[in-house]
Amino acid sequence: MLVLTCPCCGAAAEETELAPGGEAHIARVGPGADAEAFEAYLFHRKNPKGVHFERWRHAHGCGKWFHAARNTVTLEVYGTYPAQTPEPPRELLDKIAARVPGFAWEGRA
Amino acid sequence: MSFRLSSGGRLIDRSARLGFAFDGAECHGFAGDTLASALLANDRMLVGRSFKYHRPRGIVASGAEEPNALVGLGTRGRFEPNQRTTTTELFDGLVAESQNRFPSLAFDIGAINSKLSRFLPAGFYYKTFLKPAAFWEHIYEPLIRQSAGLGRAPSEQDPDSYEHFHVHIDVLIVGGGVAGLQAALVAGRAGARVLIVEQTAHWGGRAPVDGVEIEGHPAEAWVAQTVATLSGMANVTLRLRCQGVGIYDHGFALAHERLTDHAPDAGGPRHRLWKIRTRQVIVAAGALERPLAFPGNDVPGVMLASAVRDFVENWAVAPGRRTVVLTNNDDAYRTALCLLEAGLEVPAILDTRAVADGPLARTALKAGIEVRTGMTVVDVAGGKRVRSVGIGPVDGKGYPTDRIACDAVAMSGGWSPAVHLWSHAGGKLFWDAKQASFRPDAERAPKSHDGGTFVHAAGAANGALLAKRCQLDAARAGAAAALAAGFDAEPVDAVASAPEQKPVEPAWILPRRAGPELRMKMFLDYQNDVKVSDVQLAAREGYESVEHTKRYTTLGMATDQGKLSNVNGLAILADALGAEIPAVGTTTFRPPYTPLTFGAIAGPGIGETFQPLRRTPMQDWHEEQGAHFEPVGHWRRPYCYPRKGESHGAAIRREVLAVREAVGLLDASTLGKIFVKGPDAGVFLDRVYTNMMSTLKVGRCRYGLMCSENGFLMDDGVVARLSEDSFLCHTTSGGAEHVHQHMEEWLQTEWWDLKVHVVNQTEQFAQIAVAGPKAREVLDRLGGMDLSKEALPFMAWTEGELGGFPVRVYRISFSGELSFEIAVRAGQGRAFWDACLAAGADLGIAPYGTEALHVLRAEKGFIMIGDESDGTVIPQDLGLDWAVSKKKDDFIGKRAQERSHMTDPTRWKLVGLETPDGSVLPDGVYAAAPGRNANGQRNTQGRVTSTYYSPTLRRGIAMGLVLHGPDRMGEVIAFTCADGSTREARIVSPVFYDPEGEKQNV
Amino acid sequence: MKRYSAFAIAREAASYHEGWEKAWASPEPKARYDVIVVGAGGHGLATAYYLGKNHGVRNVAVIEKGWLGGGNTGRNTTIIRSNYLQDPSAAIFEKARSLYDGLSQDLNYNVMFSPRGCLMLAQSEHEARGWKRTAAANVLQGIDTEYVDAKRVKEIVPIINIDGPRYPVLGALWQKRGGTARHDAVAWGYARACSAMGIDIIQQCEVTAVRQKAGKVTGIETTKGAIDCGKLAIVVAGHSGVLAEMAGFRLPIESVALQALVSEPIKPVIDTVVMANTVHGYMSQSDKGELVIGGGADGFNNYTQRGSFQHVEDTIRALIETFPIISRLKMLRQWGGIVDMTGDRSPILSKTPLGNCFINCGWGTGGFKAIPGSGWAMAELVAKGEPGPLAAEFGLDRFGAGRFVDESVAAGVAH
Repeated sequence: MLVLTCPCCGAAAEETELAPGGEAHIARVGPGADAEAFEAYLFHRKNPKGVHFERWRHAHGCGKWFHAARNTVTLEVYGTYPAQTPEPPRELLDKIAARVPGFAWEGRA
Repeated sequence: MSFRLSSGGRLIDRSARLGFAFDGAECHGFAGDTLASALLANDRMLVGRSFKYHRPRGIVASGAEEPNALVGLGTRGRFEPNQRTTTTELFDGLVAESQNRFPSLAFDIGAINSKLSRFLPAGFYYKTFLKPAAFWEHIYEPLIRQSAGLGRAPSEQDPDSYEHFHVHIDVLIVGGGVAGLQAALVAGRAGARVLIVEQTAHWGGRAPVDGVEIEGHPAEAWVAQTVATLSGMANVTLRLRCQGVGIYDHGFALAHERLTDHAPDAGGPRHRLWKIRTRQVIVAAGALERPLAFPGNDVPGVMLASAVRDFVENWAVAPGRRTVVLTNNDDAYRTALCLLEAGLEVPAILDTRAVADGPLARTALKAGIEVRTGMTVVDVAGGKRVRSVGIGPVDGKGYPTDRIACDAVAMSGGWSPAVHLWSHAGGKLFWDAKQASFRPDAERAPKSHDGGTFVHAAGAANGALLAKRCQLDAARAGAAAALAAGFDAEPVDAVASAPEQKPVEPAWILPRRAGPELRMKMFLDYQNDVKVSDVQLAAREGYESVEHTKRYTTLGMATDQGKLSNVNGLAILADALGAEIPAVGTTTFRPPYTPLTFGAIAGPGIGETFQPLRRTPMQDWHEEQGAHFEPVGHWRRPYCYPRKGESHGAAIRREVLAVREAVGLLDASTLGKIFVKGPDAGVFLDRVYTNMMSTLKVGRCRYGLMCSENGFLMDDGVVARLSEDSFLCHTTSGGAEHVHQHMEEWLQTEWWDLKVHVVNQTEQFAQIAVAGPKAREVLDRLGGMDLSKEALPFMAWTEGELGGFPVRVYRISFSGELSFEIAVRAGQGRAFWDACLAAGADLGIAPYGTEALHVLRAEKGFIMIGDESDGTVIPQDLGLDWAVSKKKDDFIGKRAQERSHMTDPTRWKLVGLETPDGSVLPDGVYAAAPGRNANGQRNTQGRVTSTYYSPTLRRGIAMGLVLHGPDRMGEVIAFTCADGSTREARIVSPVFYDPEGEKQNV
Repeated sequence: MKRYSAFAIAREAASYHEGWEKAWASPEPKARYDVIVVGAGGHGLATAYYLGKNHGVRNVAVIEKGWLGGGNTGRNTTIIRSNYLQDPSAAIFEKARSLYDGLSQDLNYNVMFSPRGCLMLAQSEHEARGWKRTAAANVLQGIDTEYVDAKRVKEIVPIINIDGPRYPVLGALWQKRGGTARHDAVAWGYARACSAMGIDIIQQCEVTAVRQKAGKVTGIETTKGAIDCGKLAIVVAGHSGVLAEMAGFRLPIESVALQALVSEPIKPVIDTVVMANTVHGYMSQSDKGELVIGGGADGFNNYTQRGSFQHVEDTIRALIETFPIISRLKMLRQWGGIVDMTGDRSPILSKTPLGNCFINCGWGTGGFKAIPGSGWAMAELVAKGEPGPLAAEFGLDRFGAGRFVDESVAAGVAH
């Protein structure tokens, strides 16, 4: 029963207010892309056992999409940030690196 | 025998006499009794039968950990099986029946299982019932199923209601004993918002019964004082009869409050489920005493030592007149002293340890009780009630060296902290060998969303069993929780005291060298009849993991979830494997702490409020007409409007013809209306639709298709350009929310550089379709706008007034007739609808529902999302290539449609289907092709996607997807029906009616 | 392997059951095996079993990081049915169902397969059309299902509420020979049979790396040391991504929590499995008398095996609507597992980019019913190096081609 703080409206939103949206920072691949890149875009997911950057929508709230960095094993939430960014904010990545030994941002999918 | 003592009983009110019935017999008790104490007072020790062997079962415990004394409570709609007598408060008129016995409790034919127990060890059913194969299905399993379960299900509707209650707090404290109250005092004084919940009807826990002193006085006084103090604090909420049920991630917790179980006529909700979001949790849930495993430890009359003294002190009930105490620790001596003080006999205390010289033991000796060390019970005489026990050396093989007449045995194998709630959200345990128990491991506490600890164990639940340490530990926990929640707490002095105790010495099998015959009589799980021999068998057969053992033997899987059996079973397993207990581990604890009523879980969200019901502005009118409705998402749309005596089929036919021949009225309000506005609106819609939308002229409409990024058809609808920078996108009824979310998702997470806003206006406007040759005539009668063909051609829209109502009129047609879809402000929808009806009354105007709509569009070969499309269909399959722009570089789904399988010419394509005799093809049938595939399945070459009777054409029509369909016009293929027979159909154009499209153009 | 029977029980009773032998051996790993199967859940054990039984490949080890059958195999709601829509799904699930029917005798271990039927309710016109379509497809696929009306549904399940009022039951897809089985017994039965064939089951042994050379797998590193292999089969459900990463490839999979719960045991009230996809809930009753209940999966990536409470609540509300008499019954225990969901909600049985490495995963919420069929098909794939007809359509390559096996068109939610 997660609680995520919506970075758009500031509410500490109950999970029941939120709709999950899968992995974040997946670069869109469109016409002209080769078959492997397109398949990866649509289907390959990191699905990590650990730090996950993911999308959420504040469905029963302000309606905005945002991103969260969350651990899929401990459920710790390292931070949330607006969705309009291709990469997680630097400060957040640093914070996670300090908390999770061996963590490194792999870049956009 | 068990009976009521003439004085005492701190929880009963002897002036309030209550009557109740048990198995039809009239009994009496007092206010404050539990059903268990009242049954004992009426000499009812035998209250049930065990699950597997139907052995006689008596009351063993005094609280929620009771495994045996389960009854069916109540009658009719209030009947509830498997109710625990020890946690059921007595009320006047209570009706209870014993379970799992036939024909009666005293004489149960199921007991034959017990005689056969040697042939029915743990897991026997895995080894047998194999031959003959058919016997399992037709004989063995039905028999097993018949004898399954304990109580019977209710057969009538539950008349009670259940409430949900939401709170946000700083500190949740589970447990209202001394530890919980102490922690509440500390956290509350620090300023935190505290909720303390206690599952019984009384504060104080074990302390008042166990003779604990606080500040030099009996604990009871401190308890009352503390409760009064807490009740006076505005930031502290206290609740009795409220159990902490489960702890979930990020500080979510559930508590279950029983409001009227003890007073069924009080009215109001029966239960209240608290949904709690808390920063910190303190688990002050106490500890559970363990039974001892000796032969005959399941005979009624053998009870937990603490339960025996609970019954004496709390309810003035003597479980037995002559009680032998069997213990491996000092704590149980309290029971002997308590019994003596109540004037009852204690012929002996058997202490399995070699030496018994703690303060409580010395007190017992001084009181004249015989204490025999190094001794244990080795047999229990009596089937339905203890009559005597044989005793022998702990290290022996079980030959009795002496016999003691008695009618109760008070056993204590030590205490296990109640670690369940600690474990729910991932807290880990460690094995404390000195105390012989699992304890919460503070280094590996449950963590919340910020990675910080959010659960603290306190008092006995934390392994601090003795009074002084318990109270101090609770103060520590209260302070720690308050601090973590941002509040500073004051330190607290030690004030509790009780006699010190010498260490417990584990005695997992008594006697230690008992042979297999005796080990078959040592029970671990009373309800599921799991014995020491069963766990040893599991180990012998290689089911060595504790989870394997548990599942193989069913140890700990009964309604008590192993509260009394887990640790004992684990110890036996470890011993059998030659391993240490911590290496063997423990099974996972999951919510709920005790079984939780389904009605309470559902709360008020059932019946009328099961799901939101969305209503259009004309909903009342449809209901008044007696429309037959079909669910479409959260809407209920009129399927048809049968007139008096009319079947659904006749109504649909009539409605279709009304539209074709005169004029029909359809409530189209549920279709999505998404308003898209901004300088980049056109650019955005070009990406979202397969069509080119940016070229749509202001004042015009275009039928658009939406695909998912995976290329498949997702939704369709007419788009209207309202202005240079704004569009109105219609969607299917079921797709409105989805399309809106879809648009927002792309705008917010991918194309946030586009300047576009999207608003879901679906509920802002009622939308009414006026369709049929006489449609224009009806609307002209309302007047106010020029709706001629010249002024408003097909696929255009305009705004104005009709009959005084401000409207926007779309000249679009799903029926293929002259058709106007009119948007009017929602608040005026019903009035406008009524006005249309009135205007068309003498023209034969009639409402038509969704099914008539389906038929009308099928006659025209228009596709229906969800019928012609199913998530695996692309526009090109449906002959809608024209709607997929070749001029656009990109749109959602474009790249996907270039994949090999999407351009495969063997994809089935849309066609129409006609049977030779005009009959209607069944729903969903497939046309077989010659041969079978590699899996032996018949090959297929097509399927029916929509099929109806067309009253316009007076024949059945269907649409379908067929291999090379459009190239096979005129060919006849055969569809296979559910019963295996075939029906032929000719492949034809899907446009059955008015193929030139003249009618919609007039 | 000493055979189980009623006679054996009677014989052993004489010596207080002290003579039973271990159901399976617990050996130390050898240095090398022809085939290593990672994952001793139902699917992994069945794969090993059919490798031995159908293909004579017995130099096999099944490596398990926990205790066998401890993952989803020990956590599911035990439903067995094959009333799927698409040909490939129907084929493999029906293979599984037909193998279940006879599995107890095959393994000499009573898995308690109980074909008392499965009903998929139709609670809207759209859903009714969907089930009728499935029934029509099943006829040609050789699967015995039929679409029945509401009256028949009420006959089969007297305690059901067919009158809604929100979602009246219009009818249902009825598979008479669907049903349930005892999930632990399936794992244990396969394990015992594997062990009897000389296949090693190595528990408490976690894979830490996959070794490869020249594009082919050569072995694994584990917490019990290195083990070489000729072929590697990865059958680990929710942890598929973890193993795939070790083997150097990606999967179209996300691991989410799926919850289930049981009620206290009560006397029999319902004989069949009932699935109500419109309201998101399903229920059956075990031989012990517990109502076994499940609903849709949780929504976010999750390896904790714990789910969120609102899904339990939603499921219970749906089932009280459907079976009003359960309101006063009590939830005894709830739990969760980790299910691996693919892009088209159909499984993956496939070669992988790593030579001689194969993967079986993606069963999502529908894995238990598939165990024997999955193992059968996977054994064929591993033994021959190429998929047979059962596995042919479930390759990883289907995602690139767009050749999905999409069952969500038929089912609403959890399988």
